[in-house]
Amino acid sequence: MSEARIRWISGPVLRAVTDGRFALREAVEVGPQRLLGEVVSLDGAEAIIQVYEDTTGLKPGVPIRGTGQPLAIRVGPGLLGNMFDGLLRPLAGTGSAFVTPGVAPARTGMLPFRPQVAKGNRLARGAIFGEVDGAGGRTQRCLVPPDREGEVIAIAPAGTYAEEATLLTLRDDAGATHEVAMSHLWAVRVPRPVRLRRPGTKPLVTSQRILDCLFPVAQGGTAAIPGGFGTGKTVLLEALAKGCDADVIVYLGCGERGNEMAGVLEEFPELTDPRSGRPLMERTVIIANTSNMPVAAREASIYSAVTVAEYFRDQGLHVALMADSTSRWAEALREVSGRFGELPGEGGYPAYLSSRLADFYERAAVVETLAGATGSVTVMGAISPPSGDFSEPVTSHTKRYVKAFWALDVKRAQARFYPAINPLLSYAEDAHAFAEWWAANGNAEWVALRRKFLTLLDDQARLERMARIIGKDALPLRQQLTLFCAELVNEAFLRQSALSPVDRAASPARQAAMMRLIGRYTELAEAAVAAGARLEELAALPSYRQVLRMGEEIGEETLDRFGVLAAAVEREIGALVQEKEKRNAATTAG
Amino acid sequence: MQPRLLVEGAARKLDGPLLFLQRTLEVGLNDAVEVRGRDGRARLGRVAALDEERMTIEVLESTAGLGLAESVVRFFGEPLNFPLGPGILGRVFNGVGQVIDGGPPIAARETYRIEGMPINPFARATPHDFIETGATAVDLMNSLVRGQKLPIFSGGGLPHDRIAVEIAGHARLRKGKGGDFAIVFAGIGVPFDTAEFFRASLEKSGALERTALFLNLASDSSTQRLLTPRFALTAAEYLAFVEGKHVLAILTDLTNYCEALREVSSSKGEIPSRKGFPGYMYSDLATLYERAGCIKGYPGTLTQLPILTMPADDIGHPIPDLTGYITEGQIVLSRDLDRRGVYPPINVLPSLSRLMKDGTGAKYTDPDHPALSSQLYAAYARAAQTRVLASVVGEEGLSAADRKYLAFGGEFEGTLVNQSSARSLDRSMATGWDLLKALPKSELTRLSDRQIAEHIEK
Repeated sequence: MSEARIRWISGPVLRAVTDGRFALREAVEVGPQRLLGEVVSLDGAEAIIQVYEDTTGLKPGVPIRGTGQPLAIRVGPGLLGNMFDGLLRPLAGTGSAFVTPGVAPARTGMLPFRPQVAKGNRLARGAIFGEVDGAGGRTQRCLVPPDREGEVIAIAPAGTYAEEATLLTLRDDAGATHEVAMSHLWAVRVPRPVRLRRPGTKPLVTSQRILDCLFPVAQGGTAAIPGGFGTGKTVLLEALAKGCDADVIVYLGCGERGNEMAGVLEEFPELTDPRSGRPLMERTVIIANTSNMPVAAREASIYSAVTVAEYFRDQGLHVALMADSTSRWAEALREVSGRFGELPGEGGYPAYLSSRLADFYERAAVVETLAGATGSVTVMGAISPPSGDFSEPVTSHTKRYVKAFWALDVKRAQARFYPAINPLLSYAEDAHAFAEWWAANGNAEWVALRRKFLTLLDDQARLERMARIIGKDALPLRQQLTLFCAELVNEAFLRQSALSPVDRAASPARQAAMMRLIGRYTELAEAAVAAGARLEELAALPSYRQVLRMGEEIGEETLDRFGVLAAAVEREIGALVQEKEKRNAATTAG
Repeated sequence: MQPRLLVEGAARKLDGPLLFLQRTLEVGLNDAVEVRGRDGRARLGRVAALDEERMTIEVLESTAGLGLAESVVRFFGEPLNFPLGPGILGRVFNGVGQVIDGGPPIAARETYRIEGMPINPFARATPHDFIETGATAVDLMNSLVRGQKLPIFSGGGLPHDRIAVEIAGHARLRKGKGGDFAIVFAGIGVPFDTAEFFRASLEKSGALERTALFLNLASDSSTQRLLTPRFALTAAEYLAFVEGKHVLAILTDLTNYCEALREVSSSKGEIPSRKGFPGYMYSDLATLYERAGCIKGYPGTLTQLPILTMPADDIGHPIPDLTGYITEGQIVLSRDLDRRGVYPPINVLPSLSRLMKDGTGAKYTDPDHPALSSQLYAAYARAAQTRVLASVVGEEGLSAADRKYLAFGGEFEGTLVNQSSARSLDRSMATGWDLLKALPKSELTRLSDRQIAEHIEK
């Protein structure tokens, strides 16, 4: 085993004199507590090592042991439903209320396994060799690690085994044998191989109207959520974790608050997954490196999270990864880079920030796995730009690599208008690809309605600027009508409270019904105004308030009430138009 | 904490608060030291960086009077610790945890690392218990819950001290009687007058005997300011998680803390980030703010109420900006409201309590509390918008509905935010329902028909 001794130390970074046998990115154990570290640079006999734990008490001369392996995490069926630190060590069952350095308890728990191969079978890389029932009876597949293959020379019979127990022995063409368990180690910084990548054709249904209808993200796509503090990034990400139609959720709390993690942990077991009817927690893996946990592990946590997501993708599942927040990851990169003494680039970040961001977002994809199944990883990353300024490096670089951009807006958040997504600053590059999907899901007019809503919102911003100069009442009636309709789109459609038991998630059918109803309302309102009705008269109709409140009042079980409401709207506005026309006729006649 | 090793004549360089020594013995990073100069005065310090030849000592008190030749450094062989035991309430400490009220020293049971240990997120319990502070703009609009960290973003000359004292005095659980909380007060680089104001006000309200005061005055060493909140929070953690008390920690003024951080960082020659503050300020502040919360299986809780003054009233300045990203919301004071005589001058629009959703509603306060707060927010935001409009086109250019909102905005500030004495949540809610009566019912879209019938049309 290779050895080294600490020569210099500052925070999480240390320099060590080595015996020359260390490799770049090799994992090391530091000192008697066996703190986990990673070699990040080599220069002659000196290695620079980044330590993933609190370094208090370390001193020059302390020995370091190399492991001979790159920094790796153990992925397996026991991940679902649990909470881990940035290097995928379990946070549950440590027996302590506090995080202490150097403690890495083994994962325990026995899982029922059923073999699906027999002795003599040839198994390719990434092949499926059995099934295992994880949390809540959910069946997961056991994979041959993507870097192993060969002929089965031993396979365990059906039974209950520990995650790390050898179940399968393979002999490869060179005659070497490999032992395979339910779980396997995989280097965090290496993307897991796939057979091929496919373009995304289906949206990831998020159950948030403003996202699904206006700014959809593709399954296997990427989205960024930038927003200043208090604009609701975390609440939105949590709503997505609860409501989106993925098979597995990987939720990464990177440099965020401990209480939020506790909240997720308390709430998710109580909520049910709309697809399976099982507790939401059973499809969730939480990776938490809170803001007061060691900063270097924050840098690694984002890779751990995406590796876990890829592991589930390789089982043929659709995975959504929520990263809150990528800015904290970038800051960890900056802090560690500063301690190495690297030249700072824009905003103090290292010059390789942009390529690291690209590496991360590129790991999102729809793929055909090595075993031939289709799986996907969708990545959604929150960004916390300093003082809410979107021109800063992390936001501007991320913008180049993501397909959907959901910009959060301080003005909307202050009025407690959630989700506080600013429709004028947000975009979705893939939106045009989803018309077919929406048509198959009950909204053939989606393209036209989406364009209409976006146009209304754009006009609203322009007209409000004008109203600020000349006063709202001085605007022509048609423009006042535009403002009226845009407000309806905002209040009745885009606003969706993540806390409301009725409205926190909206199915595509419900979204379609609401979208069509508002589309029809704007047409009727236009006709009414053309016939001479005033906007106050429209607002006074009982149906106006009912439309504004329909998200809260009409739930998933009573979708037919949208039809009743639509009929009421037709009737009431129709009556108003008739009355106006009668009066108009009388005036002309008189 | 027995001094174990003594080093003499090893000092090579003195630069501001940093003392560079020839390394002649084995010491660990962050170990505590004591530096004595020719004046014989002991100054606390810690090991900030180490290599094979040299070590850097960060001296936590003034280095004036130290020389290179005569400096004697004692090494404690362990990080800075705080010996704590029963009876710390009612006592006054300096910024490094030494008793300064003339009384006997603390009978210590155990010593605690002042850096604390990060709470395992898995062991945290979600905060749920609503704290009534007596201020409507907080209780009704931005509720505080036990275990939360909710800072006050203030500005020079605004009455943040008075608000903090009143909250500390009134803080109680719903329908409680008060006196539920032990108070830990940390004055970080505050002027003597401010420290005295807190002491006198707490004494007057009878809260002093359940308060532990930590004072680092403006005249004390700025390096020591980095330790004051750590000593105070260690005491707070001891009270909460060892003695099982509910603790309210008031830290003022975090801006002074951050200034000290910048000062020390620049003297270490670190690469500065925004406005000269070090790049790790987020992580550093997090090690303070994250020391709040509830832990499963522990009866006590730790709630933080940090106060910071926004330089030039700029909420985008790195200090409030990074704080806002770590804390669970913020209470923002407004100079404009203060000038108009509104007390407490809380601007509710930029204020926020992230944990409000966990501590309000049927299970905790009142089933209609969240909807009422949301509706008041929507209406007040519209009033603020209308005000901008009115300032350009004049009140005459507004529609009838907009004029109603304009009047609502004035009433909201004058009767709901403004208050002369503490209000119970029930009274705060009644005031809120009353204000909404002036608005057109069809526009109260955040209230259900039942809520309108029950509270507004009754």
